[in-house]
Amino acid sequence: MSSIVLIKGILLVIPAVLLMALVLPPRPWRLPAAVVIGAVAGFVAAAALPPGILAYVVSFAIMGSVYAMLSLGLNTQWGYTGHLNFGVAGFFAVGAFTSALVTVEAPTGMAAQYTQMAFGLDMPFLVGVAAAAAVSAVVAFLVAVPVLRLRMDFLAIATIGVAEIIRLIFQNERWLANGPQPLRGIPQPLQCAVRGDVCEWLPAWATALLEPLSPRDYPLIYLVIITLFLAVVYMVVERACRSPWGRMLRAVRDDEGSAAMNGKPITYVRIQSFVFGAVIMGIAGALYAHYVVTIDYSHFHALFATFLVWVMLMLGGSGNNRGAVIGGFIVWGVWSGTAFLTSAIEPLLALISDDLPRRAAYFRWLLVALLLAGIVLFRPQGLIREEKVVSRYLRGR
Amino acid sequence: MNGGDPANTAGGMVLREKRPGERLREVVQTRAFLLVAVAAVFVALVALAWAQGVGGERLLSLVAWGLMLGGIIGLGSIGLTLVYGVLKFPNFSHGALVTFGAYFTFALVALLPQGQTLRPLSFGWEFLVALVLAMPLVGLVGLAVDRVVYRRLRNQNAHLVLFAMASLAMAFFLRSIIYILWGPDFHFYYPGRANPALDLPLGIRIRADQLFILVLALVLMAAVYLLLERTRIGKAMRATADNPELAQVRGINTERVIAWTWMIGGALAAAAGTMYGLSSQLRPEMGFWLLLPMFAATIMGGIGNPYGALVGALIIGVTHQVSSAFLDPTYGPAVAFVLMVIVLLVRPQGLFGRSGG
Repeated sequence: MSSIVLIKGILLVIPAVLLMALVLPPRPWRLPAAVVIGAVAGFVAAAALPPGILAYVVSFAIMGSVYAMLSLGLNTQWGYTGHLNFGVAGFFAVGAFTSALVTVEAPTGMAAQYTQMAFGLDMPFLVGVAAAAAVSAVVAFLVAVPVLRLRMDFLAIATIGVAEIIRLIFQNERWLANGPQPLRGIPQPLQCAVRGDVCEWLPAWATALLEPLSPRDYPLIYLVIITLFLAVVYMVVERACRSPWGRMLRAVRDDEGSAAMNGKPITYVRIQSFVFGAVIMGIAGALYAHYVVTIDYSHFHALFATFLVWVMLMLGGSGNNRGAVIGGFIVWGVWSGTAFLTSAIEPLLALISDDLPRRAAYFRWLLVALLLAGIVLFRPQGLIREEKVVSRYLRGR
Repeated sequence: MNGGDPANTAGGMVLREKRPGERLREVVQTRAFLLVAVAAVFVALVALAWAQGVGGERLLSLVAWGLMLGGIIGLGSIGLTLVYGVLKFPNFSHGALVTFGAYFTFALVALLPQGQTLRPLSFGWEFLVALVLAMPLVGLVGLAVDRVVYRRLRNQNAHLVLFAMASLAMAFFLRSIIYILWGPDFHFYYPGRANPALDLPLGIRIRADQLFILVLALVLMAAVYLLLERTRIGKAMRATADNPELAQVRGINTERVIAWTWMIGGALAAAAGTMYGLSSQLRPEMGFWLLLPMFAATIMGGIGNPYGALVGALIIGVTHQVSSAFLDPTYGPAVAFVLMVIVLLVRPQGLFGRSGG
């Protein structure tokens, strides 16, 4: 086994084990089985898959993880508290642009004429992610305070508006983030390991381990980073939702009156969960920005960043974190798969009209919209139902 | 209701000293205070425009354009507020109905024989015929969506949020059909046909088409008024919007009322879309851009109140145009949004809603 296959295998084992731990049913043998299957799958994938396919799988998994994280964030808002947030795209964009502005180096000299931005702090990746979380929390708080004490449907109208306005700001304000031109050169964490120059803060054995990788293999490293982030977020959300706080959220959602009678501060609880979900969306935005390197306002279209996330959560099962993540990957798979489908039906469309093949992409919208309508009509609880009892002290009764 | 002093009781009700917060809320949540707040925003915008060196004549023109835009938004939001009142959910696909109206007129204009241009307007008779035909067609689209999606949800006694989500799905569904049928590029009803501005007294410069839009909006609104006040179905509609259970008890056929609501709402949305397309151009997202102003007008006027929506729409339209004197006009939705947030903060039931709602 050559060293390149070995290192790729080691990197692939981590996401594979985590995926298995998510998919397998919650039995005592879950963790050992996940480790064994994941390890085998990781090394087999590294050794047997052709490089092109492997690269596609890795990029698919990275985008799937971004969406799974958005879906988790929406789940704390909609699934557990019943907030109708139709502005996921807004918080996603705020996270992405904040992290980008914090980590990019401010342009100087000639470059400053082509790229304008309010500030570029040249900070490390983790600082960028933390800043993204903080700024989306602030934005969410500002939206939540006037709206959340009112009827639920007002939140939907307000958030759809906020997302649109955030997009307009990044489109029009050149001084802020170079809009409408893209913001380029967002640094990637651990990029130094594959570029050949040594990361001074990394221990020697890690540098030696990553040595054989070329810049083309960088997405593998990023996949490990993002799946670790996703796992941590998943565990935090899962823990929070099973805690007394999470059960209070469900009480407020299901019966506001009796929750209030039991002394729960309804408005504060709602604001907390809305901000919590927005923080997760902001982190997802930061991870997205550092993956794609170049972002502009058009990435945060309501279709890709709000509507798809809703389809994911509704399909997976609202009120169920496992369902949210699995739904994220399934719908991202459907969305990516329909790209092949539309190119397949293009010749057929050409027979009907000359214009149609160019518009084949919109058939994907149509399919996804029908998917959501179908879920709402026929299975609103999604693939995996919400658990009735979430406290670990009551399990098995 | 705690901490009060139950000393004086009158008619079975406990009277007590009001806390300062409650007293403040009572002052703030009045219609007058909301009007003052909205007026303050407007005056601030005019002052800002003045400070940027925008002349009085231009401001007057902007107000005239704002009334036209308000008419367009108002026609759209009448349908939105009727659906909100009768069916009790925010219909996020209403913007798509507006877009459909504009494109149906576009398709019909291309099919009909081209007549003489009605100077100084930029269009001929075929445009008016197309508009009249497009209005019931869009009503039928709304009705068809209701039959396939919303009626099923009604029969399941689904929660409001599922309706809202289904309407979001339908918004994307209808928009994708528009993209498939007409493509993503923008269109004009009459490409390259000039429509110079007329010079009216007081230095107001306005195009003949814009005047036509204003007149048509007034005519349609008068028709809506007659329909709601004078016909049986209109009265039934208002009764259902006000209190569906009571309306049903009094023998009103709710399903028939709902069907009429979609027809009227769709027809007015078609008119709004066509006029918006005439005043600028046709794009697949045009209805989505109008959605936020329409919702703002609906909330400002009080949900379920078509006249309130109209007043709200005129306020929003004028504010939007005046703000465009110094702000990028693409920020129009943001202006509408700020007004909406003010309404939600001050008086969530809107200008004409009952207090305590």
